Amino acid sequence: MERHQLLGMIQAEQEKRGYVSEEAIADMAQALQLPVGDVYGVATFYSFVSTRPLGRHVIRICKSVPCYFQNGETMAGVIERELGIGPGETTADGRFTFEEANCIGVCDQAPAMLVDDAVYGGLTPEKIREILQSFD
Amino acid sequence: MPENRTLLRNCGTIDPGDLSSYEGAGGFKALQKARGMSPEAVIEEIKASGLRGRGGAGFPCGAKWELARRFAGDRKYLICNADEGEVGTFKDRYLLQHDPFSLLEGMAIAGYAIGARDAYIYLRAEYHYLLAGLMKAISQCRDEGYLDDLNITVQEGAGAYICGEESALMNSIEGKRGESRFRPPFPPEKGLFQMPTIINNVETLANVPQIIEKGAAWFSGVGTDKSKGTKLFCVSGDVARPGVYELTLGCSLKEVLDLAEARDIEWVQVGGSTGRVLPANALETVLSYETVLGSGAVMVFGEGRDVLDFLYWTVVFLNEESCGKCTPCREGTEVMKEILGRLVAGDGMEGDIEALEALSEVMMETSLCGLGQTAPIPVLDTLTHFRREYENRIRQSVLLRALKRVAA
Repeated sequence: MERHQLLGMIQAEQEKRGYVSEEAIADMAQALQLPVGDVYGVATFYSFVSTRPLGRHVIRICKSVPCYFQNGETMAGVIERELGIGPGETTADGRFTFEEANCIGVCDQAPAMLVDDAVYGGLTPEKIREILQSFD
Repeated sequence: MPENRTLLRNCGTIDPGDLSSYEGAGGFKALQKARGMSPEAVIEEIKASGLRGRGGAGFPCGAKWELARRFAGDRKYLICNADEGEVGTFKDRYLLQHDPFSLLEGMAIAGYAIGARDAYIYLRAEYHYLLAGLMKAISQCRDEGYLDDLNITVQEGAGAYICGEESALMNSIEGKRGESRFRPPFPPEKGLFQMPTIINNVETLANVPQIIEKGAAWFSGVGTDKSKGTKLFCVSGDVARPGVYELTLGCSLKEVLDLAEARDIEWVQVGGSTGRVLPANALETVLSYETVLGSGAVMVFGEGRDVLDFLYWTVVFLNEESCGKCTPCREGTEVMKEILGRLVAGDGMEGDIEALEALSEVMMETSLCGLGQTAPIPVLDTLTHFRREYENRIRQSVLLRALKRVAA
């Protein structure tokens, strides 16, 4: 195991367990002979890596300028009302985690969001309700 | 000026999932031609073409390649920067979706030219849905022998704007925090794993095959003195037809806006979150490396938009995405956010404008990388073009506080 594999290891853990636990960080540190704090520093640097458990599906609504000015904030409000949770929170049934994201690169379809790896643009309140319903 | 679909010639006409349709359109003839030339001659051709980086910094591509070829190293690396995190930019996504082969052919040529046998494509996490298509294209090219001399690894990002900055990107691949490095040494001398490295944007590399195939003179035949070829512009915001448009460099901003059917424009930001802010009376501005360009993002703001609101959210973004390594950027964006937050909330103070100006100067002069060095650009541009908005907001705030005191 070499240091340059660390990001891949973190991503694999995120993919497999849905988050990167303290134990997993300690294991990686041991495997790479690195201080635990060093590995923790890398894991927490990235917004797509979480050190706490997430819901089955992660909603990332774009709040950057092109989406913000095309009613992005209103759409975020629709999600909050539909799910009853705010940004950074997970629904009680563990179905969704709701996050705000910086530019996701679909500004031509603003307002937009990612649910897991899928991208949804041209959001409207109706469309959001439909999308949310399509996830179990 | 109409669109000039030179780089985008294959987009919408070939099947991005089928190498043979790219070959049918003349694909990989350039690689064949390059392999018949010396690496030095390939670099000479790119230098003569005047191709400059399309990611935002605009460094001459051939000069960079020449440096990487010249510096000694046990290994050399080629990195394709597909970490398209710049706000308002989505051209690389478009290229990867519609014509991944031009990029791969460009990479094969670049690897040959600089003597790199190992290459990375750093793909942002937000574009995970493009990974399968990209891997399919790589595997098809490998099967046909086009990548015999180049081992391409796709490294996915994990959500960090700063990793589009070349030195932070290399740290990320090395398994470190994606923080910017001190320079020199520059990547062509000591880059990834301290080896000579070239980092080029997706759009830059995708331009390479046609330059080799048709020649430097063909490429430099259009554009301005220091801006050759065409450029992809990403238009978003208050327009009827947002999207990717390819125009010859040296076109005017208005020509791009007309294609996207923009109306009642208040201001436009060109080049991304740290790009220049142009008011409605500057739409004739020429788009080129000599004037304004950046990543090619064109964000349009129409009537009724609040310029301070725009600036506040821009600075919120930069503050969140600052890697935190250097103090001027980490703290500077924090203080800017605090001041602008107060202005937006109607709680401005005398001296806010002067504080923003002083802060801007320090950040531009002392920040470690492009993020902190350019973060003040939209602040200073809006202070130039929309100073009254700031002054009014401060006056209103002062008045509001006085009234509250009276009421209390």
